Amino acid sequence: MSDPRPVPLLTLRGIGKSFLGVRVLDGVDLDVAPGEVHAVVGENGAGKSTLMKIVSGGYTPDEGTVEFAGEPRTFRGPRDAQRAGVGIIHQEFNLLPERTVAENVYLGHEPVRRGLVDRRGMLDRTRQLLASIGETALPADARVGQLGVAQQQVVEIAKALALDARLLIMDEPTAALADHEVELLYGLVRRLQERGIGLLYVSHRLAEVFDLSGRITVLKDGRRVTTVDTADATADELVRHMVGRELSSYYPDRADADDPGPVRLSVRDAGNRKLRGVSLELRAGQVLGIGGLQGSGRSALARALFGVSPFSTGEVTLAGKPVRLRSPRAAMRAGIAYVTEDRKAEGIVPRQSVLDNALLASRAVFAARSGHAARTERVRELLAAVEVRAAGDDQEIRFLSGGNQQKVVLARWLALNPRILLFDEPTRGIDVGAKSAIHNLIRRLAQDGAAVLMISSDLPELLGMSDRIVVMRDGRIAGELPAGATEEDVMALAVGTVREAAA
Amino acid sequence: MQTVQPRSLPLRLPRVRPGGVLPILLILAVLLVLVGIRQPDFLAPPSLMSFLGRSAPIILLAAGQYFVIVSGEFDLSVGSLVTAQVVVAARLIDSDPARTWPVVLLLLAFGALVGLVNGLVTTRLRVPSFITTLGMFLILVGAVYLWSDGAPKGGLSEEFRRFGRRAFEDVPLLGRVPYALLVLVVLAVAAVLLMRSDFGRTLVAVGDNPRTAELSGVRVWRTRTIAFILSGLAAAVAAILLGGYSGVSFQAGAGLEFGAITAVVLGGVALGGGRGAVVGAMLGALTLELLFALMNFYGVSGALRSTVQGGIILLAVAVSATRSSSR
Repeated sequence: MSDPRPVPLLTLRGIGKSFLGVRVLDGVDLDVAPGEVHAVVGENGAGKSTLMKIVSGGYTPDEGTVEFAGEPRTFRGPRDAQRAGVGIIHQEFNLLPERTVAENVYLGHEPVRRGLVDRRGMLDRTRQLLASIGETALPADARVGQLGVAQQQVVEIAKALALDARLLIMDEPTAALADHEVELLYGLVRRLQERGIGLLYVSHRLAEVFDLSGRITVLKDGRRVTTVDTADATADELVRHMVGRELSSYYPDRADADDPGPVRLSVRDAGNRKLRGVSLELRAGQVLGIGGLQGSGRSALARALFGVSPFSTGEVTLAGKPVRLRSPRAAMRAGIAYVTEDRKAEGIVPRQSVLDNALLASRAVFAARSGHAARTERVRELLAAVEVRAAGDDQEIRFLSGGNQQKVVLARWLALNPRILLFDEPTRGIDVGAKSAIHNLIRRLAQDGAAVLMISSDLPELLGMSDRIVVMRDGRIAGELPAGATEEDVMALAVGTVREAAA
Repeated sequence: MQTVQPRSLPLRLPRVRPGGVLPILLILAVLLVLVGIRQPDFLAPPSLMSFLGRSAPIILLAAGQYFVIVSGEFDLSVGSLVTAQVVVAARLIDSDPARTWPVVLLLLAFGALVGLVNGLVTTRLRVPSFITTLGMFLILVGAVYLWSDGAPKGGLSEEFRRFGRRAFEDVPLLGRVPYALLVLVVLAVAAVLLMRSDFGRTLVAVGDNPRTAELSGVRVWRTRTIAFILSGLAAAVAAILLGGYSGVSFQAGAGLEFGAITAVVLGGVALGGGRGAVVGAMLGALTLELLFALMNFYGVSGALRSTVQGGIILLAVAVSATRSSSR
């Protein structure tokens, strides 16, 4: 489908946007023709969401111009963009579950007759609208809460069409869908195309991108790397564009690959609501890196091992003995520690002192074991050892920088002498100096015999720190890579090698 | 980010940090000065001692309420629990001195049980504590009426009443020291020690961020349930003192839950949990009582009590909210 393109529906030129001095978009150009599916791909944090929010009126750009239907526009908010004809289908739907399909579709602009909502007219119009996109099976008077995810997505799309959307943005539309529902979405996308609607299609999944799009734009670190015709593109080439940066930072030496330590924890064919058929081994002295895209099950894996949302199937053995990790306490007793991804929401108790934060886990689980004074003394030593910089032990932790907060959290866990440590994005939101301090700490823990699992979206970190890398995709393990793997290897596994599917 | 100074500053200046007790001490001092100007006799040992004894129940209730609030919940049931306790005590003792101690133990168990139910319903059934304890409040009110057929029956023994109205006479310097004051001092010290213990620090951490606490191995439900039990126990002790002091009526505990919450907020404890000291909460209660005494001295109508309480709650919460958002 590379027919000569008519006048673009949407033209972005030189779009730039910064948040708190951090440049998230820089000089991005992009256009979408009527009836075109234009895919936008990139790593986590490449700037896709920000760009979509600019197109849909959520943000205003700091630089550059947005032209819609041939006119320069500055959308003053999502409603403004909607009125102009830009619809957006978010990953999280924005529907009222207790209302009917028709009520949701016409929410906020219900057809009115003699001052009252014209219910029958609304139902009729909704039926027509649904029929026009081939969705005759969806009853207009059904309660939205009773519909499946795929049908709710159709309602969202109908909602945008009821506002005469000419450009639809779909943000990871298949993330919540089952395999057979994806096929239905494909059909719907094609019918929207036939109506001359332009689509901006954001997805991590290269298979879909190849199946659906006419052109693909690759974003990386807020810049547009390239825009290619899908027909001429290859998956390998895209992956290379999505990553491709030089490994510049310094990482501590890895473990000796020829002399692996004993297996500390092994998982056999385990699963739960978010994970399927997971098998892996954590070895003493090694850092096992977990790669994959957001939502691929990486955090779910750590949370299963820590007993937050335990495995419901499969087997976990600890030093050869089967264990059931049913709660964080059980995991802690088994010698497992978990440094969470979202430090603010799950890592710190913000208004308590540095010392109280560092003592939290010891107090909760091993309270009776050691004397008060000895325990406090040990935690003080740990805080000094991880080099927390604070005005004092009694300073509230929320006043510390992210890096120092993370060190306090680390001290909390080290106080328990864990033999297995799970790190979820250990250096997210942390300045460069503290970052390498944390890298060194993680490596030192491994050298002292701990088994480390480290989840990271930061590919250089993942490659620089890991002795082995397991890449996850869709709740499964997509593959395992040895030390020395490249960013392309990781990304290829993370997005799925899909050339066959597209051919 | 704050300026980073070298670690360990041994020098301790009085800290005006949110949740500290300095503000409430200042308010208390100002009120004492005002009372001293208007009614100097009040500050003489005998009347001061009896004032403190009279204030013991609300101070204990404030401490109990503190445990619940600092863990991120509410206990609205304590007022009606006090009433229920007093009425139950009167009926069971029925003026028979021999039954005093068994009934005292029973009241403590009753208080703990009510707290346990509040705690379990809130944490295990996930009913918001505001609703749970409001329900408990209504259940207790109704149950007491039903059980006593509309009018309190029986009577308290003198042995029971002495906790609330007798005193050590002829104490050097102080003169008369009410038993209630002694009970208060002992329990206040216990509360302070409890808050310094592992349990106390964990309780505040739970109120500050229950997710983090849970992921650090804290059994959040258990911690909060214990807080409710402590509040129930505090209500039981308060009921014993109040029954002794003012006798049996259906009004014995009326409005005490709001008094306790006002006191806690006044004492610098954050609603929603995670910040504040139990000493602050108890000083808040004392300040509130002193304020009412002062209003009395200045001839302000007693009918204004609840209006004043309401004003204090709004003001204190507004002050702490603007302070925490503008830091």
